[in-house]
Amino acid sequence: MKPATRRSLFLVAGGVLFAALIWGFAGLPDFGDFNGAYGQFLNGASTPERATTDVITAVNFDYRGFDTLGEEFILFAAVIGVTSLLRTLRGEREGAPDDDAPGRRVPETSLAVRITGLLLVGPTVLVGIYIVAHGHQTPGGGFQGGVILATGLLLTYLSADYLTMRRVGPTALIELAEGLGTAGFVLIALGGLVFAGVFFENFLPIGTAGRLLTAGTIPLGNVAVGLAVTGGFAFMLSEFLQQTLTKRRREVR
Amino acid sequence: MSVLPYVVAAWLVFIGLYGIVTSRNLLHLVVCLAVMQSSSYLLLLSIGYIDGASAPMFSDVSPKTKAVDPVVQALTLTDVVVGTTVTALLLALAVQAHKRYGTLDPDELRPERPQG
Repeated sequence: MKPATRRSLFLVAGGVLFAALIWGFAGLPDFGDFNGAYGQFLNGASTPERATTDVITAVNFDYRGFDTLGEEFILFAAVIGVTSLLRTLRGEREGAPDDDAPGRRVPETSLAVRITGLLLVGPTVLVGIYIVAHGHQTPGGGFQGGVILATGLLLTYLSADYLTMRRVGPTALIELAEGLGTAGFVLIALGGLVFAGVFFENFLPIGTAGRLLTAGTIPLGNVAVGLAVTGGFAFMLSEFLQQTLTKRRREVR
Repeated sequence: MSVLPYVVAAWLVFIGLYGIVTSRNLLHLVVCLAVMQSSSYLLLLSIGYIDGASAPMFSDVSPKTKAVDPVVQALTLTDVVVGTTVTALLLALAVQAHKRYGTLDPDELRPERPQG
């Protein structure tokens, strides 16, 4: 299809979509005037009922935990998808890791980048753990903290090299975190079924709002999801790195 | 009443879609999809907004304080996760397309002929 034909086709289809969007937007509540009874009820209930001061985490890991279970399995499926897409194909071999591009050598990482990266690894991991652990009190939680933790692993690649990154985060450990996290979240949900009779029921003592070890199963869910997200993102990042650094086309004999 | 957030959300959908339709590079196409997806974050957050209300965090204020809707914010978190995973999968596909055809231009990709 010619670019011009495609553009005019897009204008027609886009016009129809625009009309549909305007029609849909007309039915939305006015900006700043939302009256969602469910949300307002949760805002009032989650601190007294669950000792959770971050209502979004209470929604994600307790009131609507079932949806988060689905979300976690989306991530799990994506990790499996990326892994199978980036496997070693026929006609490829794995070589020694090498930063290069066709026709040129990549200059060595500068000392400034290496030192800054190295200095950032510790604080990044600490912030990640903090965000996961305090998800039920302040903004954050397993998803956000998990991404920060995976960034910590990527920083080791930036400040050293690929092999060092693999030593700091061996594939077996990353896979273990991913599996344990995903399974752990399901087990917490099943715990509700066994101990309280309802799937995803918060079956642990609630405690007083504001303390670290409160809110029953919510912090546990955060840790499980944090592990799964750290594992999942670290796995995807190392798959992409492996793809660019070690996969070589096998020479035709 | 302000309609600006909804206008921006619609704008992001169209500018992203336009980028996808006219894209000459698969990486650019994936980024355009991410731009398009960001409109759904904005739309969700603007729907749940309430004038004069604070964030649904009650660590230092009374739980009776008026706060915006937490459910759409939780949905936005799901949305971000889905967006990231879709981006990762598409980038993996782009890597394989580049390996097989030596190009990232979607116009130059041809259907695979069955090998006999």
